Amino acid sequence: MKLYTLTAVALTTALAAGTATADLVMPDLSYRTGPYAAGGIPFSDGYQDYLNMLNARDGGIGGEELRIIECETGYNTEKGVECYESTKGEGALIYQPLSTGITYQLIPKATADKIPLHTMGYGRTSAANGEVFNWVFNYPANYWDAAGVIVNYLLDENGGDLKGKKVALVYHNSAYGKEPIRTLEALSAEHGFDFNPIAVDHPGQEQKSQWLQIRRERPDYVLMWGWGVMNQVAIQEAANIGFPMENFIGNWWSGAEHDVTPAGDGANGYKSLNMNRIGDLPVFADIKKHVHDAGNAAGDGSNLGTVLYTRGMYAAMLAQEAIASAQKIHGVSDVTAAMVRDGMEALAITADRMKELGMENIGPAFDVSCENHGGSGLGIVQQWNATDSKWVALTDYIEPNKAVTDPLIAEDSAAFAEENGITPACFKG
Amino acid sequence: MSADFLYGIEVILNGLMAGVMYALVALGFVLIFKASGIFNFAQGVMALFAALTLVGIMEGQIPFSHLINEIFGTKIHNFGWEVPALLAIALTLLVMVAFAWAVQQFLFKHLVGQEPIILFMATIGLAYFLEGMGDLMWGSNIKTLDLGLPQGGSRVIEELSANLGGDDFYGFFIDKLDMVASVVAIILVLALIAFSQYTKHGRAMRAVADDHQAALSVGISLNFIWVLVWSLAGLVALVAGVMWGAKSGVQFSLSLIALKALPVLMLGGFTSIPGAIVGGLIIGVGEKLFEYTVGPMIGGATENWFAYVLALLFLVFRPQGLFGEKIIERV
Repeated sequence: MKLYTLTAVALTTALAAGTATADLVMPDLSYRTGPYAAGGIPFSDGYQDYLNMLNARDGGIGGEELRIIECETGYNTEKGVECYESTKGEGALIYQPLSTGITYQLIPKATADKIPLHTMGYGRTSAANGEVFNWVFNYPANYWDAAGVIVNYLLDENGGDLKGKKVALVYHNSAYGKEPIRTLEALSAEHGFDFNPIAVDHPGQEQKSQWLQIRRERPDYVLMWGWGVMNQVAIQEAANIGFPMENFIGNWWSGAEHDVTPAGDGANGYKSLNMNRIGDLPVFADIKKHVHDAGNAAGDGSNLGTVLYTRGMYAAMLAQEAIASAQKIHGVSDVTAAMVRDGMEALAITADRMKELGMENIGPAFDVSCENHGGSGLGIVQQWNATDSKWVALTDYIEPNKAVTDPLIAEDSAAFAEENGITPACFKG
Repeated sequence: MSADFLYGIEVILNGLMAGVMYALVALGFVLIFKASGIFNFAQGVMALFAALTLVGIMEGQIPFSHLINEIFGTKIHNFGWEVPALLAIALTLLVMVAFAWAVQQFLFKHLVGQEPIILFMATIGLAYFLEGMGDLMWGSNIKTLDLGLPQGGSRVIEELSANLGGDDFYGFFIDKLDMVASVVAIILVLALIAFSQYTKHGRAMRAVADDHQAALSVGISLNFIWVLVWSLAGLVALVAGVMWGAKSGVQFSLSLIALKALPVLMLGGFTSIPGAIVGGLIIGVGEKLFEYTVGPMIGGATENWFAYVLALLFLVFRPQGLFGEKIIERV
């Protein structure tokens, strides 16, 4: 008798699980532990809180509830791949691994499994070429765009002339950190500035040699492609050697609150890029009401409104819009991963839509197409005000240098296509 | 003097300071290995845990608050008070002593007589357990450690030395925090040597380190000595955690500082306190000089691997390390 009961329970559970897979499955490959947790936690909190808010406020997207599956990667590539493998069978619609290393491993896997990857502002830059990377998207901007935005900002600061200026790049000695070097070399040739890349090994806890070198060579500007503890140590070391902080500019992964607070007043004036605006957005009130006050916050609720929380929320919003776009294209609410890919490729983010979503001007307006999976590439420059403990936007959205980066993207993606036997073409289904 | 020569001296000075920071971590390994033959993989995590605890206590954070809130639906985070630094350090030391007692009572007491590899594996488990415990108790966010330690380069040294070279020499850069760390390390080493030479428990500790069966036969409690040794390693971990945490904020990557201690141990020997210091200095100077002279030619970022190359070179010629005890096994 007990055996029959157990069988009945198992069947009911299996049926219930079957019902659950009808939801819109959103994996969250997060990292809440390990050396990079400080960056992973706010991003994941923002991502999950926004999706949970959609469930609580709107009943999901297009009437379909969202089901979040969180998997801890520890920012470790092997664990990230394991997370992908263990969650893809659940009907995952879109992956955002928040790691360039994991992204590189997932590109062939997701392409074979026909699940879209969205790597906003990280990952393989040449994935912006949608004719080669049918299943990978890196809108609204990529690393090479970031390099272009910084150089355009410096040009603006220097009356349009960087000739003879010395620009150093302090970078994480990894696939991520090395990404902008090619672009910066091309930009250095174009604008006549002296470019010097300086590598910092993982994790970046000890950077004395690099900053002594900077002190000796006295560059006019130091750029940074860092992540994790490398950011905090670099900012502290820059303050230690008395480097003018207003001439020290990080990319958008080197510009969160926790990157600057350990250096205290020494970090005042440090600048970084951002791909999304920061500030008090109306959508935060909805998240607070429907998620935090209901006791369903992904974390402890303290990250609401921070740089990386806002970016995680922005990533979730872009996923939401892609799903809604897919639902519209295919005329069904219960969309598949392949349909979401179509939705991503037809994505059009407008100023009106962002305002309607309670995120006015959170990012630039942009369109995605088969040829361009990379968006507009715009970014802002923000500056840390240590007295008020907040980031202040210094500029409006700045254009990247597409004239330099587009040929590099074409060249790199063509090499990838040749290596992998891909004939570049728009995806036909 | 030429600027290149002076900058070379600057690199050596900074290498010495960095070496002291590495030695601070290595000391904890040496203490435990010398007294019990255990290579404590958890030493780096102990530094992290000690620093987390110190900041948590100073800020009046309620331990396990996230867990408590999840279970009971409460919204508590802080006691509402701040604890002065000295009292917080004392309380953190008490926590580290309690940790030492717990490690002995619940783990190593049950592993007496086991192979060294088993004990090593136990410390790996301990490292991950402690890292998880630190996360549960104090959270994963980066914490700012404000003990009032000086930061930044010494302007006095910079200005005094600026005239030694030409216009392209800007004076020696010496980090004030590194100078403090060096003084603290010297005091710590002297205190540890004085403790082991001139106190009853210190002598007992040395007796256990020399021959624990003989020590047992004369009435020395191994249990007590091992708790004492783990407590001292906890103290060293706290000092290392504070010095490293002051640079980067207290965060989970602090546990990786153990990686900087391994070549120091290989070079200086696993059983010698002076060896940890000398090993740290050689590694610090060696890796910094290599990065300064060869690094630019091969793309930089050489320090992590060159430290191990240096240690391996010493290992080939002196397997027990510079100051380690030569292992003689009679068959």
